[in-house]
Amino acid sequence: MPPVLETKGLDKHFGGIVATDNVSLAVEKGARHALIGPNGAGKTTIINLLTGVLRPTAGTIFLEGRDITNLEPHKRVRLGIARTFQINQLFADLTPLETIGLAVSERMELGRQWWRLTGSKSIVVEESVDILSRFNLADVMSERTGTLPYGKQRLLEIALAIACRPHVLLLDEPAAGVPEAERHGILDAVAALPSDVTVLLIEHDMDIVFSFADRISVLVNGALFVEGAPEEVATDPRVKAVYLGEEAHA
Amino acid sequence: MSVTGQHSDLAPLVERGRASFAARARWNVLEVAFWLAALATVFLLPSKHLILTEIAILALFALSLDLILGYAGIVSLGHAAFFGFGAYVAGILAKYGIIKEPVLALLASGIAAAGLGFVTSFLVLRGSDLTRLMVTLGVALVLREIANQLEITGGADGLQGVVMEPVLGHFAFDIFGKTAYVYSLIVLFVLFVIARRIVNSPFGLSLRSVRGNSLRASAIGIHVNGRLVAVYTIAAAYAGVAGALLTQATQFASLSVLDFERSADVMLMLIIGGTGYLYGGMIGAVLFKVVQDYLANVTPQYWHFWLGLMLVMMIMFGRVYGAIIAAAIFGICTILKLGFMHSIIFTVALVLVMGIARPHILPITAKITEHANALQRSVRARFARKGE
Amino acid sequence: MLTILFDGIAYGMLLFVVACGLAVTLGLMNFVNLAHGAFAMAGGYITVILVNRLGLPFLASLPLAFVLTAAIGVVLERTLYVHVYARTHLEQVLFTIGLVFMSVAAVDYVMGSQQQFVSIPSYLQGQINLFGIGIGRYRLLIIVICGLLTIALQFSLAKTRFGSRLRAAVDDARVARGLGINVNAVFAVTFAVGSGLAGLGGALGAEIIGLDPNFPLKFMIYFLIVVTVGGTSSITGPFIASLVLGIGDVFGKYYVPQFGAFIIYIIMIVVLIWRPQGLFSRAVAK
Repeated sequence: MPPVLETKGLDKHFGGIVATDNVSLAVEKGARHALIGPNGAGKTTIINLLTGVLRPTAGTIFLEGRDITNLEPHKRVRLGIARTFQINQLFADLTPLETIGLAVSERMELGRQWWRLTGSKSIVVEESVDILSRFNLADVMSERTGTLPYGKQRLLEIALAIACRPHVLLLDEPAAGVPEAERHGILDAVAALPSDVTVLLIEHDMDIVFSFADRISVLVNGALFVEGAPEEVATDPRVKAVYLGEEAHA
Repeated sequence: MSVTGQHSDLAPLVERGRASFAARARWNVLEVAFWLAALATVFLLPSKHLILTEIAILALFALSLDLILGYAGIVSLGHAAFFGFGAYVAGILAKYGIIKEPVLALLASGIAAAGLGFVTSFLVLRGSDLTRLMVTLGVALVLREIANQLEITGGADGLQGVVMEPVLGHFAFDIFGKTAYVYSLIVLFVLFVIARRIVNSPFGLSLRSVRGNSLRASAIGIHVNGRLVAVYTIAAAYAGVAGALLTQATQFASLSVLDFERSADVMLMLIIGGTGYLYGGMIGAVLFKVVQDYLANVTPQYWHFWLGLMLVMMIMFGRVYGAIIAAAIFGICTILKLGFMHSIIFTVALVLVMGIARPHILPITAKITEHANALQRSVRARFARKGE
Repeated sequence: MLTILFDGIAYGMLLFVVACGLAVTLGLMNFVNLAHGAFAMAGGYITVILVNRLGLPFLASLPLAFVLTAAIGVVLERTLYVHVYARTHLEQVLFTIGLVFMSVAAVDYVMGSQQQFVSIPSYLQGQINLFGIGIGRYRLLIIVICGLLTIALQFSLAKTRFGSRLRAAVDDARVARGLGINVNAVFAVTFAVGSGLAGLGGALGAEIIGLDPNFPLKFMIYFLIVVTVGGTSSITGPFIASLVLGIGDVFGKYYVPQFGAFIIYIIMIVVLIWRPQGLFSRAVAK
């Protein structure tokens, strides 16, 4: 079966800086694929390239066999790829209900209807409430997003991407900045993602990576360094060297 | 996990959700009171119909700016371009007998302005806020030059000889301005209701998301540029209708409809009244016109001085306190019967002093706001208890 | 035709001297000062008063116009402008528009709304004949003065310590602060000099572009065009933009009087669509 998400020779140069270096990645359907690497390795850049926020200098991107290399970001979402941001990118003045409701209406192609009142379509409200309760956000559904605690905002960040019903979900450090007490809420939400959704996860926290991922790619200086099953990568001495900067002696 | 599988558990939450959306869309008491008061002015203030017509027209103009500024976050220094374009189109339609019936001419002017809006919308999609300010300003200036040069627009003298047929064939424009006022008020109301519908729709919600975070909006599948073009076109149509109303009510279209001051004034109206809730522009228009009328009686040529003072104070101290401070300075000058020269000196000195003292003044105003909010809360609580 | 070209160059250089202060203000503090034209107007009226009413020689009044306007700039900057540096561009625009409205009305009242003319000394009137081309003496003076100023500006930016501090602060204010550069002081001085130059430009320009209380509103767009088209990360950008604008405007008004005024606006719109950050600058962070 062809990979659901594939890149071939993806390059991104900013003037003289090489942010992404000949990355050829293949993600299988239903995979839990983690992308790790030291700070500045270019992991978020890859996500920006996959979602269309950045245009590649060279290379191609395929989603379910379709070439999406030159497609605009919002069109890629329609084709089934969604992402979360490392730092929450939410709508501070909207409530969680409005935020999720927006994503659901857009998905149902209601976004251009100006004559109908939001909330008059019950299927939109039902699905929005369902998503919110799955992420434990139902109790704050009518409060301004800007006033919510960071952990709740992070959950909303992920719920928003899920509301787009993506086939491929790109998670950029979902647990970043979340206080210890609220972390497991995030982790549970990530673990509970439907199994037919393919997940590409950027993470620094190795516990999360090793408990969640079935395949790991290591990115160093914009290039793919090592790839394989978690156990292989965990025991690979080159990976340790890259993270620790020196040969780890037993 | 499917929606239907948990339906019974979620029913009360869904109800809450639906109620929360409905609450936003429902007409509340204050809104109804506003429009009833507007209706009452038709009967209760017959001698003021001329100025009330101006207010209604400015309210519509400000409403159109709120659509792009308050809801979509597009800054424009040239919104008068659409106002003026609609004004001239309506004038030309009437003067050359192309469309004689006013309501049809109004529609045509609105559509023409929408066309101009659509064509120029692509200019505001790219670039920063500063670029948008410049480009919109440039478009308005180009239009003003065109109106200045063309024969059909009457050049620098303006479009004269506009004679209006009766509205819908029945209601002739009278010299007291009653027909014009009722006509303008109805147009304002109808367009307002449509705008209200728009902002409470999924489209309106998407606009608010674009304004709040356009990066995320596009990351959830919204075609940001498409929405911006749509709202800019609609706002242009509204502004064009407002301009057309002005021409129809005054039977004249002057070059001043395209002045930079028009764009600045309407921006000020929105600032006074507040953006993002549709009523801000209208309230601002009422306040602006009332103050302008009053000032024009006191200092007919130099009222822009006080307008400038108001702008400066509002930016320095916030809407409410800025207005109060500006009014206070003006009040002192009036009470002391200072000539304009002395007023200028006094005001400039005070402005500089306020600037120096600002770090000390702000904590005081913050405290006042805090107490006012606490007072408001306790009053509300007392009313709630009384109701038990 | 060469005379017209010469006129255009004079006009362009005048625009540059006035607008360069605005360009640096925008590039350095990311501050949109629509009241910049009011400083030019102030310089113009100061010269009118000094020359017409107090009988000072024209050439002597020019440095005074510079100094007095710079002083006004310092006062306004420290008391009023400081409060809006951190605000949005829209708020800055509204704030400075408020200042413009106040200054326009005040000047209108105090000096009257008619156009003012400066008594130009006789040795600056008329034309001289250079290589068979008729060159206005006054315009020649403008080109000489503005040319010298431009060279002085470029020199001080490139060769002096203050210049390098300024360039560093424009490039990245945060890093500059981290290097120990007192960015606020740099800015206060720059704002003063920029306002002073605007005043000088207004004084010089009174004779050829007219001086009346509506000056700030009429010419605001020109200065803004120079800055947005020329960009804010150098002074060559605004310099070239001013020349293009000046020559284009004069040629346009002479050869196609109907459309002369449009040409500049359309140039601006076209440039901004093509390169929203201006012709010569790198993309600004905002």
